[in-house]
Amino acid sequence: MTKAEIVTAVYTRLGGFSKKESADLVDLVFETMKETLGRGEKIKISGFGNFVLRDKRQRQGRNPQTGDPIVITARRVLNFKASQLLKQALNDERSAGDGEAG
Amino acid sequence: MGMTKSELIEAIAARGELTKARAEQVVNCVFDAMTEALQRGEGIEIRGFGSFTVRPYKPYAGRNPRTGQPVPVPAKRLPFFKVGKELKELVNNSRHIALVDDDDDDNHDD
Repeated sequence: MTKAEIVTAVYTRLGGFSKKESADLVDLVFETMKETLGRGEKIKISGFGNFVLRDKRQRQGRNPQTGDPIVITARRVLNFKASQLLKQALNDERSAGDGEAG
Repeated sequence: MGMTKSELIEAIAARGELTKARAEQVVNCVFDAMTEALQRGEGIEIRGFGSFTVRPYKPYAGRNPRTGQPVPVPAKRLPFFKVGKELKELVNNSRHIALVDDDDDDNHDD
């Protein structure tokens, strides 16, 4: 799935938005999320998951190609924690799970 | 600090000049469509933002960490997110802004 298919979902399911408006709105959703994360704020989408930021200290690592030791600089990273509801959605009604959800 | 889904809806309503009800439909539709794709086992790629994939896990014998009792863990599928290059850099460049780790209740759900 790409953004184009999300735009199609908004366009066909909601009604009342042109294709252009649907595309602009989907862009706006991701743009707003990016700006929020770029301000150092986490995002909690109930039923889907949380986008959380973590500050990592500088640490010693290795170049996986050569094995040479390298310094991994301090950085801020983004992690996604899927909600229990999303995890359930991926395992309900499928062969994978046995109903023993979260 | 931080943004909830209702705050995202409010932001979309304000910036997109929509009613809150309409903005809510848009935001719900976006995450519904994404959830459905993941349910189908499809990955999602949002350029500049990141990509979501579904990884299958085989069943294995786990343990209750408190009692040491063996617990069977069934086969499952879990969603993963890989941050896109642009967002990765954007986030890293916000390091001068202190993170407010309000509560760490990141497992919160409803």
